[in-house]
Amino acid sequence: MEKTIFQYSSPGRIGVSLPVLDVPETTISKKFARKEAIGLPQVTEGQAMRHFVRLSTKNFNIEEGLYPLGSCTMKYNPRLHEFLARIEGLAAVHPLSGDSSVQGTLGIMYKLGESLCEITGFDSVTLQPAAGAQGEFAGLMLIKNWQEARGQEHRNEVLMPDSAHGTNPATSTLAGLKVVSVKSDEFGKVDVEDLRQKAGENTCAFMLTNPNTLGIFESNIEEITKIIHDAGGLNYMDGANMNAMLGIARPGDMGFDVCHLNLHKTFSTPHGGGGPGSGPVCCNEILRPFLPPSTVVKSDDGYTLLDSTHKSIGRLLAFHGNVGVLYRAYAYIRTMGSKGLREASEVALINANYMKTRIKPYYDVPHDDGPCMHEFVASGAEMAKKGVKTLDIAKRLLDYGFHAPTIYFPLIVKEALMIEPTETESLESIDAFIDAMIAIAEEIDSKPHLVTDAPVNTPVLRLDEVKAVKDLCLVEPIE
Amino acid sequence: MSIFVPNGKAQREQMLGVIGVEKFEDLLSPIPESVRLKKELNLPSPASEIELVKEFNGFAEQNTSAKLVCFRGAGAYDHYIPAAIDNILTRSEFLTAYTPYQAEVSQGTLQAIFEYQTMISRLTGCDAANACMYDGASAVAEAALMAIRATRKKRILVAGSLNPRTIDVIHTYMDNGDFQINEVPFNEKGLIDLDAAEQLAEGGVAALVLQYPNYFGSIEDVQAAADLVHKFKGLLIVAADPIALGVIEAPGNMGADVVVGEGQPMGVAMSYGGPYVGFMATNTKYLRKMPGRIVGRTEDRAGNPGYVLTLQTREQHIKRAKATSNICSNQALMALANVIYLTLTGETGFADIAQQNWHKSHYLNDKLLEIDGVTDVFDTPFCREFVINLPVSAVDAAIALEEDGYLAGLPIPGLGEGAMMLTATEKRTKEEIDGFVDAIKKHIQGVM
Repeated sequence: MEKTIFQYSSPGRIGVSLPVLDVPETTISKKFARKEAIGLPQVTEGQAMRHFVRLSTKNFNIEEGLYPLGSCTMKYNPRLHEFLARIEGLAAVHPLSGDSSVQGTLGIMYKLGESLCEITGFDSVTLQPAAGAQGEFAGLMLIKNWQEARGQEHRNEVLMPDSAHGTNPATSTLAGLKVVSVKSDEFGKVDVEDLRQKAGENTCAFMLTNPNTLGIFESNIEEITKIIHDAGGLNYMDGANMNAMLGIARPGDMGFDVCHLNLHKTFSTPHGGGGPGSGPVCCNEILRPFLPPSTVVKSDDGYTLLDSTHKSIGRLLAFHGNVGVLYRAYAYIRTMGSKGLREASEVALINANYMKTRIKPYYDVPHDDGPCMHEFVASGAEMAKKGVKTLDIAKRLLDYGFHAPTIYFPLIVKEALMIEPTETESLESIDAFIDAMIAIAEEIDSKPHLVTDAPVNTPVLRLDEVKAVKDLCLVEPIE
Repeated sequence: MSIFVPNGKAQREQMLGVIGVEKFEDLLSPIPESVRLKKELNLPSPASEIELVKEFNGFAEQNTSAKLVCFRGAGAYDHYIPAAIDNILTRSEFLTAYTPYQAEVSQGTLQAIFEYQTMISRLTGCDAANACMYDGASAVAEAALMAIRATRKKRILVAGSLNPRTIDVIHTYMDNGDFQINEVPFNEKGLIDLDAAEQLAEGGVAALVLQYPNYFGSIEDVQAAADLVHKFKGLLIVAADPIALGVIEAPGNMGADVVVGEGQPMGVAMSYGGPYVGFMATNTKYLRKMPGRIVGRTEDRAGNPGYVLTLQTREQHIKRAKATSNICSNQALMALANVIYLTLTGETGFADIAQQNWHKSHYLNDKLLEIDGVTDVFDTPFCREFVINLPVSAVDAAIALEEDGYLAGLPIPGLGEGAMMLTATEKRTKEEIDGFVDAIKKHIQGVM
C-alpha cells in the first residue's frame, strides 16, 4: 500500500523556510488560542515531493494516452498556457485592485468575452461561472428573472430531453424550477410532438445540449426553439458539446437565447483532476440586464469592471470568475484563430465518424442515422447478455493503456459507452484505440474472464465501491 | 494546419474514405443549411508562441497592481507560495487528468484528495470534509442549502458581519422563491448581535451563518452562537479563514456543525479572484447532506487498500433533480495546492505563518494608531485583519498610496468615510510596514 503523507511525519521536520519574525510579538489571548495541535504532517520538502510525485505516477492523464471520455472533450492542453497564466503580473493581482491598475487582465477578459460572443452568435457574456453547472444555474436564473420582469413568474417548468446530463435537472432544482422530461425519438433526437404537447403556459425554459448527448445534431432545432418561443419560454443551450461546432454553426443562429461554454472542454484548459473549469454564459440582448456582476466594458478611458448587482441575478462567486482559466482560453483562441478553431471541429468530427465506422462491426451503435458529430454512443447491451458488462469493458481498456469512455450515460442507451476522440488525437492513436476495442470484443467471446477480471495492469485491481460506502473511511484516523 | 491537430490532409482523406463519404461537408448533412455559418468567424488573426508571449507580457505590464506592496485582504490574501507547489501542479498526471471516475487509474488524485479531506477536517475540527467547492462564498451558500435539507426548515440567519460578497452569493443561491434569509445586525464591537439573533431565531431556523474571524477581522464567539442556534434546532455554519485557524480555536471544537471557507490563502495565487477553492467540513451526522465529491478508502479485489469516489448517490449524475447540489466540476487542482501547502508548512510551519500574520497585523495596527487622528473602528480583539478610521477619505488615501507603491487596505464606506480594512501577511517586512505607515501619515498631513 502507498503510505499516506502522515506516515512520513516526524516531529521537527519542515518543508518551508520562513523569515524570522521582525516585528514585536503581540500576545494571543488564551481565550481565543487554539488549544491542541492541528495534526498536520511534519516532513521535509524532499519527502513531500517524493510523496506527491509517487502519487502522480498512479494517475492516467492526457499526456500519457488517448482519453475518449464522451462529452468531456479531453483534448491536449497546450503547455504555453501554463507559462502565460503564471506570469507574475497576471498571477499576483489582488481581485479588489482598482480598475486602472489591472488593465491587462480586464483587457484579456474583455477580448475573450468578445471572441466567445462571436463564436456563439450572441452579444453579451458573463465570465463569472466557475464551471459548466454554475453556468447552467446562471443561465436558468437569467431566464427566470426575465420571465419575472415581464410578469410571468408563474412559469416554473424547465423542459429537457430524457437524454439530458445530470447537472441539467439538478440545476433546475437549485433554481427552484420543476423538471419536465421530454421523450427522445427513435433516432435519439427530441421528440418534437412530445415537446409540442409539454410546452405551454408554465414553460419557463427549455434546456438542450446540441449536438445532444448521443453526439447527434438536433436537425429540427429551428422548429424546436420556435415551439418554445411560441409558448413563451426561452431556449438554453448546454454548450458541453460545442467542440463539434466551432465556426460551423452557432447557438445564437439556431434560436437559442443563452448558452454556456466549458472552457475546460472546448477551449483546451486542463481538467486538473476534476477542476478548475470555467463556464462563461453568452446570451442575447434581452437577458443582458440580468447578468451577474464582474462584466467588463470598454471605453476611451480603458476597461472598467462593472461590479453592481442591481437587477442582476446576483453574484455567483466572491470575485470575478476563474480568471487564470480565462487567460488560458484566451491564449488558445489567439493561437488557433478562426480557421484553426473551425479546423479543430472539422477534425473532431472526422475522428469521431471514423471511430464509429470502424467500431460498429464489433459494438452495437443504436440511434445511428447518418453522420455523428464529435462523439457517438455505443451500447454493450449484447455483451451484457454474455455476462460482460460495459463496466468490465471500460476496466479492460485501462489494461490496454487507454482511459475508458464515459459509461452508463446517456441513460436512454443501455450499457452506454460514449466515445469522443477529439481533434488532437492522431490517426495512429485512434487506430490503436480501435484495435484495443476490437481485441476486447474478441476476448468477450473467447476469454471473457480477462475482461471481467480487469483491470490487472493498473496500480490497484478493481476497487470495491460497495465496501467504501458500507465501511466509510473518509479521513486518516488520528493516531 | 494547427499545431494541435495531427491529422493532416492525407490522414483526413484516408479517414473520410473509410467512413464512406467523399468530402468533409458530407458529415455536416445533419445540420440544416439554414443554421450553418456562412462566414468565417471574426476573430483576431492567429498568433505564434513568440507573439503570444510578447502580448501576454504586455498585459502583465499593464497590471501595475501586481507590483504594489499589498495590505489589502477582504477575502483574498497575498501569502507566500512555496515553489514546490507549482512543480507538482504542473505535472501532467495531476494537471491534465479528468475527474477520478476510473478509480484504478486515478489513485494519485484520489489519495491526494483523501489527504486533503483529512487535513481540512483536522484544521476545522470536524469529522470529515468533501473534495472541495468552487470558492469560499459558494461553499457558504451550499452549506446554507445543506442546512435547509438537514432541518427541513426554510429560513436562515446570516450575520451582518459576514463578507458582503458572501451574503450576495447566499442570496443568489437561495433565490428560488421558497427560502428566506434574515440578516442579523452587528454591534458596536463589530460582532454579531446575539440578542438580535435570538429574537430572529424565534420560530426556528435552518442555520445561523457566522464568519470567523469575521469580515472586519473581529473574533466572534463561536461557542455562544452555537449554543444559541442549537436551542432552535438549527445548524451553526462557520465561514473560517484557514490561516487564522493556525492560532485561534477551530470552530468544530466549539460547536460548529459545518465549517467552510476560502482556500486561496493556502498556496493559491491571487490571480484577480480565481481559480480559488472552497473547503467544506462537517460532522458525521450531516455527512450525507453534504454536496460535492467525497473520496473514501476501500479495498481492491486482492484486499489491497485503495481510494474511490464514494457516497455518490448524493450527486447529480445519479440523483439528478434530487441531488444535494448541481456541482460537477470543482476546483480539484487548487485543493491539491492546499494539501501540498499544508504538507510543506506542516504542523510547525503553518503555526509559524499563522502567528506571523497575527503579529504583523497587530504591529501594523499599533503603528497606525500612533498617527494623530487614526482610531480603531471596533475595540475588539482581531485576527489577521482590522478596520481603522482615518481622519481623511479612505478612498482618496488608497488612491494616493497607490502612487507611493502600496495597495492600501480596502475602504469600507459603510463604516464611515475614513474606514479602511487592512491586513499584513507573513510576506510584509517591518520595513515595508513602517514605510507604509509613514506614507499614510504623510498623506494625512498633506490633506489636513
